[in-house]
Amino acid sequence: MSVRRLAEPHLQPKEFSFTADNLAWAKKQIAKYPEGRQQSAVIPLLWRAQEQVGGWLPQKAIEHVAEVLGMARIRVLEVATFYTMFNLEPVGKYHVQLCGTTPCMLRGSEELKKVCQRRIGDQHHVTADGKFSWIEVECLGACVNAPMAQINYDYYEDLTPETFEKVLDELASGRTPKPGPQIDRQLSAPVGGPTTLKAQG
Amino acid sequence: MLDDRDRIFRNLYGLHDWGLEGARKRGAWDGTKGFIEKGRDWLVNEVKASGQRGRGGAGFATGLKWSFMPKQVGDRPHYLVVNADESEPGTCKDREIMRHDPHLLVEGCLYAGAAMAAHTGYIYIRGEFVRERERLQAAIDQAYEAKLIGKNNVHGWDFDLHVHHGAGAYICGEETALLESLEGKKGQPRLKPPFPANMGLYGCPTTVNNVETIAQVPDILRRGAAWFAGIGRQNNTGTKLFCISGHVMKPCNVEETMGIPLRELIERHAGGVRGGWDNLLAVIPGGSSMPLVPAGADQADTLLMDFDGCRDKKSALGTAAVIVMDKSADIVRAMARISYFYKHESCGQCTPCREGMGWMWRVLTRMAEGRAHKREIDTLMEVTTQIEGHTICAFGDGAAWPVQGLLRHFRPEIERRIDLYTANPHPEPVVAAAE
Repeated sequence: MSVRRLAEPHLQPKEFSFTADNLAWAKKQIAKYPEGRQQSAVIPLLWRAQEQVGGWLPQKAIEHVAEVLGMARIRVLEVATFYTMFNLEPVGKYHVQLCGTTPCMLRGSEELKKVCQRRIGDQHHVTADGKFSWIEVECLGACVNAPMAQINYDYYEDLTPETFEKVLDELASGRTPKPGPQIDRQLSAPVGGPTTLKAQG
Repeated sequence: MLDDRDRIFRNLYGLHDWGLEGARKRGAWDGTKGFIEKGRDWLVNEVKASGQRGRGGAGFATGLKWSFMPKQVGDRPHYLVVNADESEPGTCKDREIMRHDPHLLVEGCLYAGAAMAAHTGYIYIRGEFVRERERLQAAIDQAYEAKLIGKNNVHGWDFDLHVHHGAGAYICGEETALLESLEGKKGQPRLKPPFPANMGLYGCPTTVNNVETIAQVPDILRRGAAWFAGIGRQNNTGTKLFCISGHVMKPCNVEETMGIPLRELIERHAGGVRGGWDNLLAVIPGGSSMPLVPAGADQADTLLMDFDGCRDKKSALGTAAVIVMDKSADIVRAMARISYFYKHESCGQCTPCREGMGWMWRVLTRMAEGRAHKREIDTLMEVTTQIEGHTICAFGDGAAWPVQGLLRHFRPEIERRIDLYTANPHPEPVVAAAE
């Protein structure tokens, strides 16, 4: 269990409400669930709120989602603090989530941690230019492509300290490096080509 | 080796078109109407006859699970929920299905829905899989557009399918926690009974199945239960996606027959253990919740990768995520890191788990450095048995077993570190100082 609290008051924006587009999108999400079960949409709505704010979830956004869904604020706050993908404090433009669980650790994620530490600083710290922040996360489900990191929505896999730095360099200079394996490899197939499924098209 | 013709996931590596057209070329959505028309009982019996056991970890017979749903639909609608919250360390198979063969999953959902009289299905995908979610949604949109699913579809069974996502909580892979999360609450498991087949999503009859389980169903129906039952061993039939990670030359996902020997699996597909088979230290055969199996003639050398084969070595197949460790691995630290994972992911509901996870992690971290007393090894073992079986869900068991496996097989290694540390009293940890 991790203890997660809302950001300090001076970081909290004064207000939040969904844009018209997002509100229309939220209505569509709610329609997925049976009548009276709109609470089911709380995670997707909080997620959209986080996207709208730019990567983190302020208190006002949590309260706004509670209002949209007709839920008690405390119920939404519970959800926001329980699920670790909701960032409760500001993050960088590129938020690096580095996997540190055993399969990645066995293949060198600890070296990648040092890269983050050196380039970005401590976990949760946002660089002065606002571009980067990082945290160590638990298994992201790409273990045969270990070690890996998720940067915003994309997975960067089969990293070494050198290729990881290259990915960060590219992002720093405003380009988007190609997601997926950073070595010559077809996704989760073995290096050097698949051992199966070679014949059929 | 499994023949390519017997493989279900023919686009496992994403070399071909994932979309409807490509999926149809690989056989998806063929004969669907005929199978649906044969009715609910036929679908359940066919899956029962195939001997398929759930691919999500527990290995419960799929057909039997489906048959627990009420025979008549009462006031409460039936629901199908697909567990795509793949988070077990070492496991990355459902991701490949969702991004490369999503139509097999969508088609399987229709059969499962018809087999349990459900007109609505939800696929609960983990929040981190953003791209996979987009791909899956695109496939569902294609299926709706082609009237393959939805109201008044061409197959004659009305079926709505929705994608729902989580937001980073391992525990939501536990089926009742998943249902809580799907209802918009914290993902904290429910007490059973009542089981989901009676009281599941929104208090209605619900069945939760793993992605791989459901995605295998179309091929089971098309090729026949006997085909699936003819692969593997009795009670361990069919094919399985294996994820081979850790200290192998070429980590990969591969579909193989159930019951393939571990050594053959690793050497044929993953390029062998780093430094050769003799350099193997231990393997976790089924995702981090399962006890490790050490190297040795009567251990990893003869391990057969299916439910019974793993049980014979006091482990379990789990999700078939093979985590390999060679002799360069620091086994105690590796297991301490797994304990940290469980500490991080405990939902906090049951005291033995909430308090026990952190305790185990702290003790193991000290043991990795040798900063412990030998009697603490027994205390640690004792604590694992007090967590195991004393929590609402299986999370407590899954966190206790890997520690028990470590103590069962590597006790001398922990004792060696303690001896080293006590013989060299200095402030730095022994291992770091020795390097």
